[in-house]
Amino acid sequence: MADHILEMRDITKTFPGVKALQNVNLTVGRGEVHAICGENGAGKSTLMKVLSGVYPHGTYTGDIVFEGKTVEFRDIRDSEKSGVVIIHQELALSPFLSIAENIFLGNEIQTRGMIDWQKTNLEAAKLLARVGLRDNPITRITDIGVGKQQLVEIAKALSKEVKLLILDEPTAALNDEDSAHLLDLLRHLKQQGITSIIISHKLNEIKAIADEVTIIRDGKTIETLDLMHDDISEERIIKGMVGRDLQSRYPDRTSHIGEEVLRIEDWTVHHPLEHARVVVDNASLTVRAGEVVGIAGLMGAGRTELAMSVFGRSYGSNISGRVYKYGKEIKTRTVSEAIGHGIAYATEDRKRYGLNLIEDIKRNISTASLGKLAKRGFVDGRQETIVANGYRKSMNIKAPSVSSLTGKLSGGNQQKVVLSKWMFADPDVLILDEPTRGIDVGAKYEIYTIINQLVADGKAVIVISSELPELLGICDRIYALAEGRITGQVPIADATPEVLMSYMTKEKE
Amino acid sequence: MASIKDVGGFLASQLRQIGIFVALLVIVVLFQILTDGALLRPANVSNIIVQNSYILILAIGMVMIIIAGHIDLSVGSVAAFVGAMTGVIAVDWGQPWWVAILAGLVIGALVGAWQGFWVAYIGIPAFIVTLAGMLIFRGLTQIVLGNQQITPFPNEYRQLGSGTLFPSVFPASVAPYEWITVGLGVLATIMLVLQQVRGRRARVKLDLEDEPFAWFLTKLLFTAVLVLGVTYLLSQTRGTPIVLVVLGVLVVVYSAVMSNSVFGRHIYARGGNLHAAQLSGINTKRVDFYLFVNIGVLAALAGIVFTGRLNSAGPGAGNLFELDAIAASFIGGAAVTGGIGTVVGAITGGLIVGVLNNGMSLLGVSTDYQQFIKGLVLLLAVAFDVYNKRRSSSAAR
Repeated sequence: MADHILEMRDITKTFPGVKALQNVNLTVGRGEVHAICGENGAGKSTLMKVLSGVYPHGTYTGDIVFEGKTVEFRDIRDSEKSGVVIIHQELALSPFLSIAENIFLGNEIQTRGMIDWQKTNLEAAKLLARVGLRDNPITRITDIGVGKQQLVEIAKALSKEVKLLILDEPTAALNDEDSAHLLDLLRHLKQQGITSIIISHKLNEIKAIADEVTIIRDGKTIETLDLMHDDISEERIIKGMVGRDLQSRYPDRTSHIGEEVLRIEDWTVHHPLEHARVVVDNASLTVRAGEVVGIAGLMGAGRTELAMSVFGRSYGSNISGRVYKYGKEIKTRTVSEAIGHGIAYATEDRKRYGLNLIEDIKRNISTASLGKLAKRGFVDGRQETIVANGYRKSMNIKAPSVSSLTGKLSGGNQQKVVLSKWMFADPDVLILDEPTRGIDVGAKYEIYTIINQLVADGKAVIVISSELPELLGICDRIYALAEGRITGQVPIADATPEVLMSYMTKEKE
Repeated sequence: MASIKDVGGFLASQLRQIGIFVALLVIVVLFQILTDGALLRPANVSNIIVQNSYILILAIGMVMIIIAGHIDLSVGSVAAFVGAMTGVIAVDWGQPWWVAILAGLVIGALVGAWQGFWVAYIGIPAFIVTLAGMLIFRGLTQIVLGNQQITPFPNEYRQLGSGTLFPSVFPASVAPYEWITVGLGVLATIMLVLQQVRGRRARVKLDLEDEPFAWFLTKLLFTAVLVLGVTYLLSQTRGTPIVLVVLGVLVVVYSAVMSNSVFGRHIYARGGNLHAAQLSGINTKRVDFYLFVNIGVLAALAGIVFTGRLNSAGPGAGNLFELDAIAASFIGGAAVTGGIGTVVGAITGGLIVGVLNNGMSLLGVSTDYQQFIKGLVLLLAVAFDVYNKRRSSSAAR
């Protein structure tokens, strides 16, 4: 029997109302690079959080056997003591501390309570050499790029005598050069006997570096493929990631597609802080009246960034490109300008960007269109309540009254409040970003019905979603986005998960 | 039929809303007993109102700033600065009283615009901007005054701070009650009852009312008795203080602004969730800017009232006013994180601080102990609020 460093057996993890992981099994051989693949929300990150003790022992069921012993990690420090270190997608570095300070954060080299700076910097320099970073250890984190920050995270992991290194989407924010360097480093670490687990959407990277790949879908292990010995194609991996049956979870709709409502041309957006980084790259798209257009893309593809930059430049810097409404060029420099031109954007993160949770339903619904309810600067509270009651009935918002606080509603009902808010604004184009994220199946169906109603009324709808079956179930046409570029446009008749996934994982030539 | 448990649960849920009023009542009763009835003597009630009027005026502006998620540390200095400027205009330059007051309000607006500019359009936290403002305008006050007091002020100017409405010409032995005060009080009570009844009727029609009628009636009766009681006490003094009328108008107007105007809604939206407000098309920078203009004007008004009451503008005027106004807002239920608070709450909070001050002074408690006790009250009031919030959010789960 081969030497296994890690075995996770029958891991099941439930959140209120959702089974995130169901009897997942994962076996990782010593000294290999093991990739984990799956769609957004398949359960990859949850599995790694179980492994690293973010979800402590007792909050899940199943066994973790590490180095031949059953382990029960209580927290991250516990797992790190055993040699399991996780590097999250969002780096956990303190920006105004030096590289050396970050490496030894929480693990300081000290004599009698005072930090030994000489030794700290010396040890840091040694670790930096191991990851191939030649910067001075006293450089502040904010003064080095994301690629180098990633290396600092790995150096930090090495300082903890890591045996199993977990990297969650390590190259998602990196450019090609930095990515190549990171992959080289992983190979290098492998020679030093360090096992790594890498979560990635980039199939070519996985093929280049991984010995084995485990595919997770809907919280279940689908299969583990041996990339070293068998000839596995990217298509084969894609098939594993998406191959589920499409049930009739979507209400029927006959499309009556009219004239073009919105056209975006050559839209380019840069990162709000790192002005050199292109987040949306020369994207062009159109949407017509009565049409539901989908935007598919993996994490970090720039979907939300595209939508928010069009919606009153709510994201990004150095935005260039043109927006046309009914063939006439319009400006959408501020949100109120965008709303004025009949564009609405319902956010993917309704708690942070969509709702005022400490305010009631009716005031959330009216907040984007108070002008409609106001006379001489004062809001007609009666009319406001009547409007809100109307939406409570038509959208089936389950709440005692429209005076209930939105913070106390379920996810599905919160989403209906967000949709009501934008329907009351009466836009011509609605951009819905992950409209069904985090809500249960029944409420999802209701949301789809609302979308159908919107297009039946002649509105144009753009849906951004991580769930391919959802896009396939409700759209007339789907754009695929990869690394900020539109890599494909597929009419629904030709769309399959495989086709979309291959566009979504298409690399820059 | 509601069971006893339901009634208990309802009262507990109401406690958070009315807790502050109950607290005020308890403090009033406590000091009434401790001072052997001196607290509610007509002259003292009038005194409490006039003494605290400028803090209450500031509290209105402050609670709005706090609801939006900011803070203003400069109001005391701004009040002093405006007081000094009106002194220069009215006394040194000999301009008419109304010119001085108008100019003072305009200066307040300009000061607010200056601070609002830095907060809204440059993006410096209000804490820093107004901390700087606190120093800047205190400094300017001293420069303008050359470290000397300006006094005396014209009689008309002083009316706003210490005058009464149509002072009774008859001696108390002839007319024991001052009839204009009685008229005003009765009028205010009738309007209050009408407004409440009309509001409830509208809510019932829209199926929004979840408050039992008995409870509504109790609250209404209580408020009416309170207003009439204060009226009765004031009618035995020289008459209604002008500043009380000003304050009443401000409370009514600003309550309406905060609950029903587009601007007020934008303030709550901005404080409740900045991102969501921006993504709803609200120009949050403009909201911030005008909030500071507004508190600038209110600080100016407070400065004028204070100067009029003292009949002098001094370099140390308005010292620590900002802290009393901030304490009033938080005791009155405003949330540190923004998005929550009411004008009426802040006024009640201000009255609690005022009654505490007055009651302790009557008892001869020294100012050092007064500070100590006020600090404890602030801490406990906010702790009570935090505790309530935690309990209600865990009950919802």
